[in-house]
Amino acid sequence: MRICVTAAGNSLDAPVEPRFGRCPYFIFVDSETMAFEAVPNMAMGARGGAGIQAAQLIASRGARVLITGNVGPNAFQALAAAGVRIVVGAYGTVREVVERYKRGELRETGAPTVGGHYGMGAGMGRGWRRRYPPPPPY
Amino acid sequence: MIVAVASGKGGTGKTTVAVNLALSIENVQFLDCDVEEPNAHLLLHPKVSRREPVYIPVPVVNEQLCDYCGKCSEFCEYNAIFVSSNKILIFPELCHSCGGCAIVCPKKAISEEQHKIGTLNFGSSGDVELVYGELEVGEPLAVPVIKAVKKQMKPDGNVVLDSPPGTSCPVIETVKGSDYCVLVTEPTPFGLHDLKITVEVLEDMGIPFGVVVNRAGIGDKKVYEYCREKDIPVLLEIPYQRDIAEFYSRGVPFSLEIPEWKEKFRTLFERIKESVGK
Repeated sequence: MRICVTAAGNSLDAPVEPRFGRCPYFIFVDSETMAFEAVPNMAMGARGGAGIQAAQLIASRGARVLITGNVGPNAFQALAAAGVRIVVGAYGTVREVVERYKRGELRETGAPTVGGHYGMGAGMGRGWRRRYPPPPPY
Repeated sequence: MIVAVASGKGGTGKTTVAVNLALSIENVQFLDCDVEEPNAHLLLHPKVSRREPVYIPVPVVNEQLCDYCGKCSEFCEYNAIFVSSNKILIFPELCHSCGGCAIVCPKKAISEEQHKIGTLNFGSSGDVELVYGELEVGEPLAVPVIKAVKKQMKPDGNVVLDSPPGTSCPVIETVKGSDYCVLVTEPTPFGLHDLKITVEVLEDMGIPFGVVVNRAGIGDKKVYEYCREKDIPVLLEIPYQRDIAEFYSRGVPFSLEIPEWKEKFRTLFERIKESVGK
């Protein structure tokens, strides 16, 4: 089965990137052989709709499962329409999360995990702030 | 004559200056182009006589004709269309209404429908005719609403345009085609920084401009030094003064209450008129 993992780098040992639409790389992994292909994310610098463009790429490359940190509402809708199953909250290296998924340790989500935002200016959007509270003061 | 009132920094007093200017001259139409947070009506207290929706065209797909080739999605610069092997999704809030998807569709499966993104409000306050636009919550595109507001512009007479802050598309759309632009700033490092950016934009657009310093007396002298160096006229200074601030806080244009200010705004207008030769 072809699994797509959002990654900060272009190898199986790269850390999982928590952002979906604006991750640097998509790593497509064959879960049986662990053969992989790293595809740079052309949507990374998109003005808007990065999640939709990224979903388009994943769907067109035939991934059945996406493993990432968070997905927004538009990307979620697009991925769901393409029948891609979505695993969120993943961390570690690409290799580790694929192994964990194969062992059934990662759960799929049925809803977007962050709020929508437009373009790059929004930065740490609503969902992010909720999910990752600021560090305590020194 | 068309006068736009703009500023790089927010909260410098654009609306205050625009409203007081409009109230001090004759035969004037006021267009509030800050459609994300219009507030000139809070000072002008108009009777709103009419409202009109603003629509933009967005694509709709006839799925009976669509064969999910994906050409529309590939074409869309704003990622407003998603196509999978058996589904197509349109995201209207990302669409910029270029119509390109309908043109590139080989099956002629795409047509356009109207999508509401805002409202125009028509009213008047004394002799000032007011039109203000309001962008719907959740809609990211202000420019089409600004265009709709500016479409209401009367061909003759005086027009005051109240611009949103900043220097991005909504500001360009507002000041475009103006005879003159009044830049409102405050004499602080923040005011100066954003003034410089706006000056660059206006120079690029070839629109003549001058500066109004609001809250004069606070901050430093750097705005004045900059204007002197760049040979930019300082048209008016509005002092940081309790009575002006009090009228503002009660939603009262201060030139209505302090007659000498009406005269000052009238003089400002005459000076602008002279400098653009109208």
